[in-house]
Amino acid sequence: MLNKNYSKEHEEYLKKLKRRKMAIITVQILILILFFVQWEIMANLKIVDPFLVSQPSRMVKFLIKLYNEGTLFRHIGVTCYETIIGFVLGTIIGTIIAILLWASDFISKVLDPYLVVLNALPKIALGPIIIFWVGNGQPAIIAIALMISLIVTIISVSSGFKEVDKDKIKLLQTFGASKLQILRYVVLPSSIPTMISALKINVGLSWVGVIVGEFLVAQEGLGFLIVFGGQVAQLDMVMLSIIILSVAAYLMYEIVAIFERKYLRWRG
Amino acid sequence: MVATLKIENLSIKYHTLDDETEAVKNLNLDVNDGEFISIVGPSGCGKTTILSAIAGLLRPSSGKIYLDGSEINYPCNKNCNKIGYMLQRDHLFEWRSILKNVTLGLEIQNKFNKNSVKKIEDMLQKYGLLSFKDYYPHQLSGGMRQRVALIRTLATDPEILLLDEPFSALDYQTRLAVSDEIYKIIKDEGKTTIMVTHDIAESISLSDRVVVLSKRPAQIKNIYDIKLSVENRTPLKSREAPEFRYYFNAIWKELDIHVE
Repeated sequence: MLNKNYSKEHEEYLKKLKRRKMAIITVQILILILFFVQWEIMANLKIVDPFLVSQPSRMVKFLIKLYNEGTLFRHIGVTCYETIIGFVLGTIIGTIIAILLWASDFISKVLDPYLVVLNALPKIALGPIIIFWVGNGQPAIIAIALMISLIVTIISVSSGFKEVDKDKIKLLQTFGASKLQILRYVVLPSSIPTMISALKINVGLSWVGVIVGEFLVAQEGLGFLIVFGGQVAQLDMVMLSIIILSVAAYLMYEIVAIFERKYLRWRG
Repeated sequence: MVATLKIENLSIKYHTLDDETEAVKNLNLDVNDGEFISIVGPSGCGKTTILSAIAGLLRPSSGKIYLDGSEINYPCNKNCNKIGYMLQRDHLFEWRSILKNVTLGLEIQNKFNKNSVKKIEDMLQKYGLLSFKDYYPHQLSGGMRQRVALIRTLATDPEILLLDEPFSALDYQTRLAVSDEIYKIIKDEGKTTIMVTHDIAESISLSDRVVVLSKRPAQIKNIYDIKLSVENRTPLKSREAPEFRYYFNAIWKELDIHVE
């Protein structure tokens, strides 16, 4: 920021913007608080059945119980770990495949209809097959998460590569650049925004994959707690896990967003 | 005088699914060392195609191009390093600082070393850009960006410069100022230059010779030797020369542009 003496009018303008931002955040927090308070009250007054919808105080009790048993962070950790591996692998492998498709226009054209079909297919349908192939455990969960994000990454990064300015490529060719140099000097760097947006989408998709995977095979993790809680009619466990899940998913998204802002500073 | 660049019977055809288009037909042109030549012609007549062929970016259907007596092939051979190509827009890489943009060509040709950094910093200094070397392109004005683009082209020390409508993306005021600056830089560095443009006034104000092309397929209609009675010629001063409008009218008529 420049250290400048602004006019009164400008200071007023800045204040107005700041007030508006504060108002938005205040209302956002207020909604959250009101939601939990009315939930607690409705359950206490038996307007809703706490057995079916649980209630905040019971969830807090359950949270403390999990914490005292020492399993709380293990469940969260396992799920976060699987998710991170899922979206990082999905983005990296997807980008590598997109690079190969970029390198050969022929292969890219040949594979195009197959990619379209794979993209349209609900990857979760492949869950049972993956369990057969990779075994009943964590690798299967990560594989499902990977499957879900992989094809989308290939398609979006490939189209990002195709949108690279032709004249920038021509410029490099006038310097006598090889295909590898074109990739390194212009195609990859100018596609970084596309790759980061693929990463952001993959965070969400990877959560879906991991939770479904845990539904199918896990012995621990938030997805396991949700399924297990449902089976033993422990709605406190289910609701608590969902709330932890929301917070974790939100935090992970924010971390990627911070990374994005940091990386894209050269943009005006 | 031996020509630096020699174009012999150049013909170029474009092929698409629907049709084949003859872009250039039997073009012959000699460009002398240190000369500034402009190529003007109706839009879409294949001016850029000629530059692409000189730069070795496409394979001519027939004909040969020689630079210093050795032939330019496609895909471009060693001669590529002797050619500096400047495109319509500056195409600075937004993610690279000004200094890193200027060194781009050297990095690609594996000629980047300590000496070249020194040389480039001297050049930036000379043309008033050194204090901006750590800036990013979006922080510079259009005119400055175009100067950076020229220095990027000059950094690989090419023997011949190809300018493809280098000022057309700039507004009129900036264009006059920048063409003055760029002209000075090119003359300072003593480079042979071929510029493609559709701006008649621009071509006269900068060039030693103006080549007028016909409609597609492009053939040479006429070549004008520009002799202006001004001292210490610059593009802006050239525009004040008494002969300026004679050339303008002659080329204008030659181009035979009808609004349909």
